[in-house]
Amino acid sequence: MNTVLSRANSLFAFSLSVMAALTFGCFITTAFKERSVPVRIAVSRVTLKNVEDFTGPRERSDLGFVTFDITADLQSIFDWNVKQLFLYLSAEYSTKNNALNQVVLWDKIMLRGDNPRLSLKDMKSKYFFFDDGNGLKGNRNITLTLSWNVVPNAGILPLVTGSGHVSVPFPDNYETTKSY
Amino acid sequence: MLSLDFLDDVRRMNKRQLYYQVLNFGMIVSSALMIWKGLMVVTGSESPIVVVLSGSMEPAFHRGDLLFLTNRIEDPIRVGEIVVFRIEGREIPIVHRVLKIHEKQNGDIKFLTKGDNNAVDDRGLYKQGQHWLEKKDVVGRARGFVPYIGIVTILMNDYPKFKVRALLFPACFSHPSYNSFIRTRAEPCSLHICCCRCQCALLCLLCSLFQYAVLFLLGLFVLVHRE
Repeated sequence: MNTVLSRANSLFAFSLSVMAALTFGCFITTAFKERSVPVRIAVSRVTLKNVEDFTGPRERSDLGFVTFDITADLQSIFDWNVKQLFLYLSAEYSTKNNALNQVVLWDKIMLRGDNPRLSLKDMKSKYFFFDDGNGLKGNRNITLTLSWNVVPNAGILPLVTGSGHVSVPFPDNYETTKSY
Repeated sequence: MLSLDFLDDVRRMNKRQLYYQVLNFGMIVSSALMIWKGLMVVTGSESPIVVVLSGSMEPAFHRGDLLFLTNRIEDPIRVGEIVVFRIEGREIPIVHRVLKIHEKQNGDIKFLTKGDNNAVDDRGLYKQGQHWLEKKDVVGRARGFVPYIGIVTILMNDYPKFKVRALLFPACFSHPSYNSFIRTRAEPCSLHICCCRCQCALLCLLCSLFQYAVLFLLGLFVLVHRE
């Protein structure tokens, strides 16, 4: 231990071991934490159109428009091992063509330090709500849930669904006016 | 100079010690390979550990982060999951999030992905005429994450000459300091690996564990980053 290089070597080795232990500590102390909070979703308006799917396969498909409100307090999820939360509002339903459909309508990245209390009103969906076919017309049961992906500093990436979902029926007729 | 020390010690080593060193090295490399293949079986994915190569998932994942994947059939693909997939005809795996799924009664699923940092979905990335991804394109779902460590593989890929030097570097430090071994019988560190005349046995142990770990990880990364 009397050359610069060997001292640097042991120092480097020691610091790497300490960092590895810290990372593992970060992971193991938050691995089994409960990460679900109650969420309130309300839907104020639902419209339905039938157009050519310009985002993908060019077939005439049902296009839905949903205006929604979200209230949630995510303060308790953030701890020393949470880097960000990726929130997404997803609609789940089943149609004649497909047994299960899930579409993300809106998402948001919430970093640690951002305001954790969500209180959004009259939000329009970020992504086009196209169905694979014409299964939205007259569909009585479309469930909207808010979920989040917890991105840690190091460790597991869980997908957690907020408790509290809302079920919306879609109208039986297509909207022909140029509204929205 | 470092290299001269190394050569001196090699000359002083007798055949048995040389074989021992070679076998030691071989053990480490083969245990890395065993763990890799074992992980492949347990997770069901052909590439259980991947390094993030692009910035399309920032601020969650940056270039150089390590992801642990699973690809078990009992876990169906759902929205919001981070999938690592390969587009037909392309080598490089892409790490993005599932935006939309349509699943039929018999389990056939087609889905659409989008990177968090991208403004549009991935249809521009897929093959010409391909609108959806299927289960066969998926390498795995991201379940765990460790930051920064994968930078080593990116550096080794961008500067290939360093691959050889990086593998030899810990070997230089791994040579037993036979002077001290021969001279002092009572030695706190019996692992012969670290160049120690140090008194602290714990530091010695950490040093040697680190040498093993570095060799092990480098072996693992050479396997991971085969492109």
